[in-house]
Amino acid sequence: MKTERIVGTAVPRKEGRDKVTGQAQYVDDIGLPGMLYGATVRSRVPRGKIVKITFGAGIAWDEVVVVTAKDIPGKNCVALIGEDQPCLADGVVNHPEEPILLLAHEDRHLLPKAVKAVEVDYDPLPAVFTIEQSERMATVIWGEDNTFKKYLIEKGEVDGVWEKADYIVEGEYFTGAQEQLYIENNGMIAVYDPEHGVTVWGSLQCPYYVHKALMRLFGLGENKVRVVQTETGGAFGGKEEYPSMIAGHAALLAKKAGRPVKIIYDRMEDMVATTKRHPSRTRHRTAVSGDGKILGGEIEFVVDGGAYMTLSPVVLSRGTIHAGGPYHWPSLRVRGKAVATNAPPHGAFRGFGAPQSLFAMERHMDRIAQVVGLTPVEIRKRNFLKPGLTTATEQVVGDEIDLSGLLDRGLALADYAAKKERFARENATASGQTGKRKGIGMATFLHGAGFTGSGERYLNSLVGVEGLVDGRVRVLVSSTEFGQGTNTVLCQIAAEALGLPYEDVEIAQPDTEEVPNSGPTVASRTVMVVGKLVQSAARGIRQTLVAEGRLGESYSREEFREACQKRVAEKGEFFSWARFETPSGIYWDDEKYRGEAYAAYAWAVYIAEVRVDLTTYGVTLEDFVALQEVGRVLHPVLARGQIAGGVAQGIGYALYEKVIWQDGRMQNGQMTNYIMPTSADLPEIRVYFEELGNAHGAYGAKGIGELPMDGPAPAIANAIEDALGIPINAIPVLPEDIFAAVTAAGDVHVEGRGR
Amino acid sequence: MRSHPAEYELVAPGSLHAVVMLLAQEPGEWLPIAGGTDVMVQYAAGTLSARRLVSIWNLPELRGIEVSAVEVRIGAGCSYSEIRGHEVIAQEFSLLSSAAGWTGSIANQNRGTLGGNIVNASPAADSLPALLVYEAELMLASARGERRVPYVGFHTGYKKLGLAPDELIRAVCLPRRYAGYVAYARKVGARNAQAISKVCVAALGKVAGGVVEDVRIAVGSVAPTPLRLVETELVMRGQRVDSALKGLARKTAAREIQPIDDIRSNAGYRAAVTGNLVGEFLGRLG
Amino acid sequence: MSAGQGPGEIQFTVNGEARSVRAYPMERLLDVLRHQLGLTGTKEGCGEGECGSCSVLMDGKLVNSCLVPVLQVEGANVVTIEGLAQGAELHALQQAFLEWGGAQCGICTPGMIVAASHLLSRKAAPTLEDIREGLAGNLCRCTGYIQIIEAVAEAARRGVGR
Repeated sequence: MKTERIVGTAVPRKEGRDKVTGQAQYVDDIGLPGMLYGATVRSRVPRGKIVKITFGAGIAWDEVVVVTAKDIPGKNCVALIGEDQPCLADGVVNHPEEPILLLAHEDRHLLPKAVKAVEVDYDPLPAVFTIEQSERMATVIWGEDNTFKKYLIEKGEVDGVWEKADYIVEGEYFTGAQEQLYIENNGMIAVYDPEHGVTVWGSLQCPYYVHKALMRLFGLGENKVRVVQTETGGAFGGKEEYPSMIAGHAALLAKKAGRPVKIIYDRMEDMVATTKRHPSRTRHRTAVSGDGKILGGEIEFVVDGGAYMTLSPVVLSRGTIHAGGPYHWPSLRVRGKAVATNAPPHGAFRGFGAPQSLFAMERHMDRIAQVVGLTPVEIRKRNFLKPGLTTATEQVVGDEIDLSGLLDRGLALADYAAKKERFARENATASGQTGKRKGIGMATFLHGAGFTGSGERYLNSLVGVEGLVDGRVRVLVSSTEFGQGTNTVLCQIAAEALGLPYEDVEIAQPDTEEVPNSGPTVASRTVMVVGKLVQSAARGIRQTLVAEGRLGESYSREEFREACQKRVAEKGEFFSWARFETPSGIYWDDEKYRGEAYAAYAWAVYIAEVRVDLTTYGVTLEDFVALQEVGRVLHPVLARGQIAGGVAQGIGYALYEKVIWQDGRMQNGQMTNYIMPTSADLPEIRVYFEELGNAHGAYGAKGIGELPMDGPAPAIANAIEDALGIPINAIPVLPEDIFAAVTAAGDVHVEGRGR
Repeated sequence: MRSHPAEYELVAPGSLHAVVMLLAQEPGEWLPIAGGTDVMVQYAAGTLSARRLVSIWNLPELRGIEVSAVEVRIGAGCSYSEIRGHEVIAQEFSLLSSAAGWTGSIANQNRGTLGGNIVNASPAADSLPALLVYEAELMLASARGERRVPYVGFHTGYKKLGLAPDELIRAVCLPRRYAGYVAYARKVGARNAQAISKVCVAALGKVAGGVVEDVRIAVGSVAPTPLRLVETELVMRGQRVDSALKGLARKTAAREIQPIDDIRSNAGYRAAVTGNLVGEFLGRLG
Repeated sequence: MSAGQGPGEIQFTVNGEARSVRAYPMERLLDVLRHQLGLTGTKEGCGEGECGSCSVLMDGKLVNSCLVPVLQVEGANVVTIEGLAQGAELHALQQAFLEWGGAQCGICTPGMIVAASHLLSRKAAPTLEDIREGLAGNLCRCTGYIQIIEAVAEAARRGVGR
């Protein structure tokens, strides 16, 4: 029985008022006295040696601050997992738009002209642009073999299953790059002081990532670097690692200029130069019994990481672990590989490898269904994980999750059975090659929350709650707000834990000088992992007051306030800290990639209803059901908003958002020709929750931020196949692709396919 | 923003007369800017070659929609919102009011003008096929006087017009003679709103006794200019509307158009969709 | 103002106040609002008139201020997000956005609210389709538009626009 007063209710967004009045301060709303603007000169070739740099006519170069790799005091790298990515190219470039040098000037409008006036001559080197080219290794562009990372997951005895199989089903699935397209472009302001070091303010997700990178770039100790997050206008992973690059640039210019420097990208620069979702290729080979049970299989999952390692090993890790979906694999071999190409490095984007491998898995399940002669529903029910069974990494499913029941509920909400039957009938009688066809398709999936395996232990997150002089409390975390509700939910948790009104809790602006490192704001870990620490730290405040005899076991708001005020007045600063402790029974083997990969999984059923117009080959979403089990919904409006927004991005991923590449450079870097859905394109997205709780999450919550990204694309692709009888194994699928597929297939009709 | 404001001149003489005098004094030197929905995009992208601009926004002589017995005269400076909201245009020239509703977003419709769209001369502009089909006439103004020209043939090549360097479009005249015609308009873009068209069809047809008396079909985004499908119209006139005609019309249309592969779409798709839309139009006639 | 060389004086009303700015005629209204007048509520998301985060009202009409040269604003009446709240009292649209989760990261929110106010001034009782169309020029990456549409519908129910 739920007894909470604040957690679980729709309290006002903490920073909401500033947002709706236009008072919220994003980085480009802020200026500092004497500030210069900065800009970046970028490579025009995919790979080559820099032969000569000429500063052309038309610019008073003596007025312009110029920074090159030579000006870097520490190590010329953007420190992340590896240190292979230069902050500024030094003699060689490995992707189009790679930063070469930096310019700063007082006049913001002068800079684009100055950038254009810098001529760089290159000696081009052979370059690689696709996964296949990279694998062939005719040209090696990174390391020994163009491979950033490999993983191997092995469960059971895979090699023996093929003989026993009644069916062997193969498939190959592709996903394209996707641009995060936060509406606020990347931006950063930096100051440098010889004594105090570097300070940056900007749009970012992970203050301590930037902190670490700047320390390395400048060769400074941790007390000489300060990173402050400004109100951030969307991120979705696109501001997880990239801000370290732009912060480094602004800081280098600030050091050279002796003045504050602001760099703000315009839309085109942000699109073409910063990270995108890793393109992927997944190959499935599955052994299936006569009655539709998966006996075992092999999955090869490959992602294109672009020119430098950045976060590819971690994206690959998550995609590899999720590749088997929510199904029971008695035996399985998953080979994951991240390869290098001469494109701007790909990076974090909501879902982080899982949307890619789950697209393949869910398409493949429908394929298995067809081959075996079962329905998409039945094939899934016969293979779902159940409590007590083990995942691909041999993690025992601890949740009392009933996936078949969840699926049934989703199907009922979507009116699946009736619609499927009706659509099949209507499609069969539809006239000729024009008109409309309708289809309905599903995706069932899971998403692990928090860092993989030993990741949370490695992060060693620390959270603080402070008792303030006025008797209120303040949450201290490095977790950032960028729309998903961090501020609101963490304050709810603290208020709940202390028995205080929500209004009595505030949260500090993430500033590495003021807040501890509670880890990056990624991996759907903020509410679940950091929230649980906030709960502990908040309890610690109460425990201290009680232990010191200042407060009884139960108290009123006024009593708390008085006790806290007195404590601060008498003893000064009043902090309570909580550090992450690995829950007992969580075991992970980093070598064998086996064990408890994630502390908690959310489970989901998504069902898409589409209408295909054979006059225009356009696909329209008519209805979308998003049903998920999320442990506990801590804020109904925020949770629903997260799912709806994630589904919208998933719809874009499937149907609209295509990056057009030429020689490693994005050609459609404008909002007019990189298409994201408008309000006129999306259906009503119907969101439903179930709650099984979670021992490892605050108030039973699991992470939900990324889950909604995994389901829409495969559900839509399955729905399109239902409508047209044509398999869709690559996304995005644009009307042009539907046209090509329909034309290749000849007649469009839906015959009985063993359903 | 990739241009420097200090490098540009923008003057607003305030009357049509003053503007055409300026254009006459220095022909080809001044670029007229109305609502700016095309010019300002180029300016922000740093690709605007003009440096001297003359504002024709809100010039009273270019505003207003006049309805007479024989024609509707739309001031070239009328915004798409004004066109959309006009009752007679909605009733008698629905192809144009539909196109006005498809052009950009509401914010862009409030600033984008019909004249500006014509002069920008993009083959993908949504209203231009409608003007071809209605056989609009343009009133052109310059210091040398006024002239009136048919819009058909005015768009001479990719982004090229029969407009003299010292001329402005003053008004667009639509003859009120399409009562009794079936009107069909459809735009195909990358999404339902705010999309540059991949294919855009505007068509009128008059059928009597099952036979095509008159037909006009124009298509955008399938040639360097918006295109009247003259051959397709020819094979249709005087014929019975049946499935054989549909097939013939589609085939002829496919031959007439010259679609290309570009960043938005490809030739094969455009050709197929054009054929489908022509077929859909015939479906409305039959 | 008619001279094109160098900056000149341009006068217009912003949020009910007469203002005079000194600007190059081709400066974008967006930049004049943000940098000269300190009204940073209006945002730049794309600079190409696609995202709508720069939306303001100009003589009662919704426009993308990134596409308006300030010379053309002479004598006009401009309303920005800052002009909607009456002191401490939020506009009903702002209140509805807060209650219905219409703002997540908030960067599209000012433009979205201005566009919604324009919609409701034209259609006091909009249908779902009217709202979708009215906001189709304002891109939101966070919400999927669901809770924005609900907020606008709620504001309409509360009598905004009437």
